[in-house]
Parts: sequence; structure tokens; C-alpha cells
Amino acid sequence: MPSVAAAESVRSPPPTPWRLLARAVTGNPLSLLAGAMLVLFLGAALFGPALAPHDPLLTNASRTLAPPSADHWFGTDQLGRDIFSRVLAGTRVDFLIALGSVSLAATLGTTLGMCAGFLGGRTDRLVGRAMDMLMAFPLFVLAMAIVAALGNSVANIVCASALINLPFYVRLARTETGVLRQAGFIEAARLSGARTPRILRRHVLPNLLAPLSVQASLNMGWAMLNAAGLSFIGLGLRPPAPEWGLMVSEGAGYVVSGEWWVPLFPGIALMLSVLTFNLLGDTLPAVVDPRRR
Amino acid sequence: MTVLTLISRRLLAALPTLAGVLVITFVITRTLPGDPAAFFAGPAASQEAVGQIREKLGLNRSLPVQFGVYLRDLARGDLGPALTTGQPVRVELAQRLPASLELTACGLGFALLVGVPLGIAAATRPGSWLDHGGRLVSTLGVSLPSFFLGLLLIYVFYYRLGWAPAPLGRLDAFVLPPEPVTHFLLVDALLRGEFATFRAAAAQLALPALTVGLFALAPLTRMTRAAMIEALASDYVRAARAAGLSRARILLVYALHNALLPVVTTLGMVFSYLLGINVLVEKVFAWPGLGSFSFEALLAGDYHSVQGFILTMGGLFVLLNLAVDLLYGLIDPRVARSPG
Repeated sequence: MPSVAAAESVRSPPPTPWRLLARAVTGNPLSLLAGAMLVLFLGAALFGPALAPHDPLLTNASRTLAPPSADHWFGTDQLGRDIFSRVLAGTRVDFLIALGSVSLAATLGTTLGMCAGFLGGRTDRLVGRAMDMLMAFPLFVLAMAIVAALGNSVANIVCASALINLPFYVRLARTETGVLRQAGFIEAARLSGARTPRILRRHVLPNLLAPLSVQASLNMGWAMLNAAGLSFIGLGLRPPAPEWGLMVSEGAGYVVSGEWWVPLFPGIALMLSVLTFNLLGDTLPAVVDPRRR
Repeated sequence: MTVLTLISRRLLAALPTLAGVLVITFVITRTLPGDPAAFFAGPAASQEAVGQIREKLGLNRSLPVQFGVYLRDLARGDLGPALTTGQPVRVELAQRLPASLELTACGLGFALLVGVPLGIAAATRPGSWLDHGGRLVSTLGVSLPSFFLGLLLIYVFYYRLGWAPAPLGRLDAFVLPPEPVTHFLLVDALLRGEFATFRAAAAQLALPALTVGLFALAPLTRMTRAAMIEALASDYVRAARAAGLSRARILLVYALHNALLPVVTTLGMVFSYLLGINVLVEKVFAWPGLGSFSFEALLAGDYHSVQGFILTMGGLFVLLNLAVDLLYGLIDPRVARSPG
């Protein structure tokens, strides 16, 4: 009997986020793998420098380009630095850049998008036009140009990556807000005297968090690729910083002379962390989207 | 609505965006560090000579005046001289654009040839090993940094196996390039009937095109799979099945035709993204395309070249979106007939 079933579902408490997460993770082996890798990478980002067996910046002229061994798990680079320690130390740098640019883009983009979607009219047209302009550039080249113009620093890399990610959040927030604007509970809030900022913050934003978190997870991987790509062409962090893209770039020349370990390990670390965020982005909808539970 | 009105309406709608691109590009390139006049004059030039060059380039005038001069030159089709090479930027771009387009087109062609059949196969058997395998490969493909993938391919196919030629540009230094007709080496070699040259060019192209293609594979496969699953669950496919049409006909004529629209949209997005990512691939393979040109120009503060490059890209984007719209009309006649 449908009415009884409906009453039943109303009475039973909604599943907690943790239970949903556990269900999604155990249901899909790839998601489980992604969760495990995320824990691993976060651990490396937090404790990496403390765990590193060698100083990531310490050069050693007598042990240059040594292949992987028990002492140097990932081998040493052209200056005799321990690649394993450098990869560990690089985790924090790469994750911080990605996290910084994604949170900046998400905060700014969601605010702009919500205003555009809620206010409509001239604000909407202005924001839409500005985003069209941004999207008319090849995004990676735009990031290159900004970093080249403002200078190589972590802050500028974060700003450039945030800027090229901005349109995705603006569009998402704008579309969703446009739909929500017509909803009854927004109308009710307005009639009860709430002002626009309060409506946006208390009533619209919570409803955007689910699609935003999915977008942010996929975006983390992309932001990481962008930052590493910038470093690879020399428009990112400067040597001797232990950053994955820069390490791949420094090791690129050794590929054709057979010292494969120099670029391989930082490249794999980069690939696995991007993979982690992409797989998480696939899993998240099952956790945060009520329609897909 | 005819095709011509559609084209002209779309081009008009793109004008404000292009104007914005012009302004932003101008501002960014003028804030590039370094003094172009000093760079142009060379390290041994006196203060006076640098001043003269600055005057000649118009760099001592106010920014609005410089912008006006820039617009006037642009209207004449003059993008200014490339400071790094001394050649007109227009000539440089014309030489390098075909190299980039050839690379991108081959990579995209590979991604289409593999990704669409893979997506169709995955959609017909969701949950099978083929589906999971396809998902894993495509997720891996999009997670691999393109520059790292390029290096891996070079290590395996050049250093280890020796199958690929040295990753140094479009053609081996000892092979005579074919007489330029279209500036696409593969096409030119075929036009001239020089099959040895064609082989040499194709060998150089294989690894970079594979790098580009593997990156484009993931979004294409995913979108094909999702669109095909939706199409296969539709009423018209059920009707076609009930009418007793063959499996291949239902799949390739009815379902695929309807699934093509989102696939074409994705294709347009992927193409525009590839144009940006080409910078990295071109650097790894020493490919003399637009990407490496822009990168060298940015590092040298060569603002004429950077402007020309970004404008070319903006123009390509407009043309690309136009092509996607026209393809829509071809695939779905309702789109072409509807106003707006």
C-alpha cells in the first residue's frame, strides 16, 4: 500500500551523510580506491616534510642521477636530490595551490552567479557577457598570460587558476538560482520580510551546495593539472621548489637518455591525485544529490 | 531560416565578445614585464637607440592612443612585427597555424574513431567489463597530465622500442618538405604524390597526435555513452524494436542520430580546450605550432605576437561555435527551422 510506505519513509530518519558516503564507497570499488588515495595524499600533504627521509632541497654531487634503490626509493635527480622526498614535499604545494584556486573560484563564482540568477536584468547581462569574454580565450593560455604579466608567485598562480575556473561556477549557480527563484519557499521568505542578501545566503546557497561540491571535486583535479602545466613551461613555481610539474619539466630531458625515474615519479603522483579527485567527483552525486540516493 | 542568415546572425552576436577580447588582450599584453624596445634593440644598444625604437614602436604614447593605433593597424590586417623574429606576426601565424591545426585535427580524429564506438559499445552493455574498462581508461586519460603522457610515449616508443623518430618537430631534418600548397604536411605530401615524405611526416605526427587524442577520448566516450543510453531507453527505439528493425539499424540509424547532438557539443568544447593544451604538447615534441609560438612570445614580452595569437584563437573559437551550430542544423532539422 503506497500510503503506508510513504508514511514509513517520513517516520524513518534521513540517512546521515556518513552512512551515505559509506554506502557509495562500498558499492563501487573505484570509489573505495579514490577514498583510500585521498587519505594517503592528505597525509602526505600534512606530514610529508616530516616523513621525508632526506632533505628535499639537499644536493649531493656524488650521487647524481642514481636509479631507484633501497636508500633512494625513487632515485635521485640531476643534482643528487632524493626524488622520493621531493615528491612527498611537493604534495603540500600542489594541493594548496589547487585548494586555494578552487575555493577562490567557487566563492567568487557562486556569489556572482547567484546575484546574476536572482536579480536578472542588467546584472545578469553584464555577468553573462563578462563570462562569455573569459570563455572566448583558450583558458590555459589566459592563465599563462596572467602569470607572465603579474609574475611567477604562488598567489598569482592561484589567482590565474581561479579566474579560468570562474565561468563554470558562475554558470552553475546562475542556472540553479534561476530555477529556485520561482520556488514557493523563496517567495515565502521574501513575504516574511527577508532581504535579498539574507535570502541568497539562507535559502538559495544551501540548495546549491550539492551540485557545487561535485563541480569543485572535478575542478580540483583540473586546477592541479593547470598549475603543474604552468610550472612545466616555466610560468609557475621556480626551481628549486619541489613542485610536481616543475620536477617533470626538469626531468623531461632525461627521458631520451634513459633516466626515466627523474620525471616518472612526480608525474605519477600528479596523475594519481588528479585521478583521485575525478573518481571522487563521480562518487559524490550519490552522496549529495537526493535524487540519486 | 536559411544557412546564410544563421551565419551572419551568429557572427554579429560574436562581435561584442571579440571586442572584449581585444581590450583584455591589449591590457594584459601591455602589463607584460620587460621593455620590448630594449629587447628589440639588443643588449648592446645605447640608451638613445632604445629611445628611438620606443618612439618607432609608438611605446612612448599614452595607452588610449596606442590602442587606437592598434585598432587602425588591425583594420588594415596588420598585426605588427614579431619582436622575437622580426617577421610580420601575420606571416608567423600563417606558418604556424597549419602545424597546430594538423596536430589537433589528427588527435581529435583519433579520439572520435575510438571514443564514439567505445561509447556505443558501453551503452549497449552497461555494467559489463567493457563498460567498466572504458570508464577506467577514459578517467585515466583525463587524469594524465598531457605533458607527462607525451614524455611517457617518447620514452616507450622512441627510447625503448625505437619505433618513433626523434621528437623534434614536424619533419625529420633530412627529409625535404613537400612544396607548400595547403601547409598541412600530410595533405601536401599526398597532393605531390611523395609517399616517403608522407610516411615521414605521419611518423613525426603519431606520438603528439596520440597524446592529444588520449586526452580528448574521455569526454567523448562518456558523452556518447550517456547520450546513447538515453536514446536506447526512448519510445522511438522501443517502437523501432517492436517493428522488427534490425539491431544494427536501430543502433546506428535511430539511436546514434539522436545521440549526436550532445556529442557534437562536447566535441566543440573539447576542441577549444585542446587548442589551449596544445602549448604543453607542442613544447614536449618541439612542435613548431601556435602554442610554442605563444609561449616563446609570452616569455620574451613580445606583445605584438601575443596579441596576434590570442586574436587568432578568439577568431577560431567563433568559427568553431559557428560550425557546431551549423552541424546542429544538419543533424536536427528542427534546430535549423526554429527562429533564434
